[in-house]
Amino acid sequence: MAKLILDNNMAAPDDIYELLTELHRGLEPEQSADVNARLILLLANHIGDVEVLAEATRIAREHLPPAPELKREI
Amino acid sequence: MIKTYEFPEYPYIRSADQDAVAAVRRPVVIGGAGPIGMAMAIDLAMHNVPVVVLDDNNTVSFGSRAVCYAKRLIEIMDRLGVGERMMQKGVTWNVGKVFFEDEQVYSFNMLPEEHHRRPGFINLQQYYIEQYLVDRIQQLDEVDLRWKNKITALSQDDDCVRLTVETPDGPYELEAEYLIACDGANSDIRAMCGLSSSGQIFQDRFLIADVIMDPKCFPLERWFWFNPPFHDGQSTLLHRQPDNVWRIDFDLGWDADPEEEKKPENIIPRVKAFLGEDVEFELEWASVYTFCCRRMDDFRQGRVLFAGDSAHQVSPFGARGANSGVQDTDNLAWKLALVLEGKAPVSLLDSYTEERVYAADENIKNSTRSTDFITPKNEASRHFRDAVLNLAHKYSFARSLVNSGRLSVPSTYVDSSLNTPDAEDFAGRMAPGAPSTDGPVLRNGQDDYLLNCLGNDFKALLFVDPQNPPSESELVQLNALSQNEVPVYGYLVSPQPLDIELPNGVELLVDTLGVVAERFDAQPGTCYLMRPDQHVCGRMRRFDADRVIAMQRKATGY
Repeated sequence: MAKLILDNNMAAPDDIYELLTELHRGLEPEQSADVNARLILLLANHIGDVEVLAEATRIAREHLPPAPELKREI
Repeated sequence: MIKTYEFPEYPYIRSADQDAVAAVRRPVVIGGAGPIGMAMAIDLAMHNVPVVVLDDNNTVSFGSRAVCYAKRLIEIMDRLGVGERMMQKGVTWNVGKVFFEDEQVYSFNMLPEEHHRRPGFINLQQYYIEQYLVDRIQQLDEVDLRWKNKITALSQDDDCVRLTVETPDGPYELEAEYLIACDGANSDIRAMCGLSSSGQIFQDRFLIADVIMDPKCFPLERWFWFNPPFHDGQSTLLHRQPDNVWRIDFDLGWDADPEEEKKPENIIPRVKAFLGEDVEFELEWASVYTFCCRRMDDFRQGRVLFAGDSAHQVSPFGARGANSGVQDTDNLAWKLALVLEGKAPVSLLDSYTEERVYAADENIKNSTRSTDFITPKNEASRHFRDAVLNLAHKYSFARSLVNSGRLSVPSTYVDSSLNTPDAEDFAGRMAPGAPSTDGPVLRNGQDDYLLNCLGNDFKALLFVDPQNPPSESELVQLNALSQNEVPVYGYLVSPQPLDIELPNGVELLVDTLGVVAERFDAQPGTCYLMRPDQHVCGRMRRFDADRVIAMQRKATGY
């Protein structure tokens, strides 16, 4: 089972960071959100492995309060 | 308002139980004569269990309601004797089209896998299936279906369930060894037991409009719009039912006023905006609905069992309501019959909750996912959803993410306590707990399908090599299983006819195309034990009668 890489895996980190920031140049927040969604979907398909993505999603929001409980009496 | 269907009116008939001095005790009473209650009754009757069905109404479901019946439901209805009638009346579609705003994103063809008796699903109004079930019940002496009988009070102890039943002639008392609540999402029986169903409400309203149109106007396809240009809600769905009736499902949003939206003067402009001013149609039926996904913690409370919407409720996307409800009854009938006959411990009924809670959770998960795709709940979800639809135009990977409802497929009870885990290597989908696949066979020289040969009893499938048929002693052992207290009837599955004489408890199925052996990953000697609901108990690479018996004991709760 593949594992999410958390040490540096980028040969040219500055190039990659620049790609990400340049991507949003001149965009309105709404357009940026759209472009980010497309980017994440493209990368998610490329990675393909649900375990790797699950680990990434966990870390992506670990600094924020946990999601509220959904289940309730109705 | 309905033009294409005349509702039957079934008579209230006074039962002798109403005149009895003391409350009469029945083995099984079912509350509710909808599709789930009636399927439950027929299934129990086929296991020779006498059943009383109580319904507070005297006709079938008003309005088309459940529309899409999936393959597994049709297969269960085949076993109950109404599958063919459903097929004769139902319609199916293979081409689906997905639209986003004013463009078609893509179309797909749901080519079904070959060599199955039944298609992936059919569309059919709920009142037809109910009518067919009532007709079938009328052929069965074991079912006593009482219209205009409403359960108004109940209590249970170790001995039985005691019911008070209201009728046009006044109330009467009735006792049941077991009561099965098939009385729908707002189950009175559940409330009378002081139980609840918990989960998630979706803050959204949908308008169903069933319209009659000339079939030349629209092809036999399913059309699903996201963010339609002709309607300000988030989605619209169009698909066809029999009698030239089309179901249109409009998302209205949470703030819509259901009473206003239900008025024809408000519906007709919406439909016209969608179909075009020139298309002629007649409004057949309309309804505004909200939905939730919820289930009870336990589908059994002592002598009361819950099936269908009373036990679990899902959003309509993916057609998992009626489909999963009938799978509940498929699961429960044989277990309850064995318990009532004293051939299985009462604890077997706990496996009903175990297996069907697992299935309910799977259905809730799938239908919640569809709902969240169709009506995104926050800005980020909406961005993802719109991005998927935009990408789906050009990039095929994104099409697999488009979720306008996933076809209902039956659960494999992966971790069920009734399963015997594999002791040898097997590939494919027919793992312990899986519902049986299908395939063409020759039975007594006649074309048939495997699923017609399975069900109602335990069945063993022994795959054989015609060049090296089973020995006399193997046949004797296989045949002896049919004499068990709970019989196991044997089939030899062979690619060609066999030139040997078979004992009475063993039949030959010729797997003419080799499809059955392939789907079961079978080699000569492989043996499967199948439950009365056609699910796999366990399997082995070499037939061993003792192992079959052990598997059956496990599957009957010992």
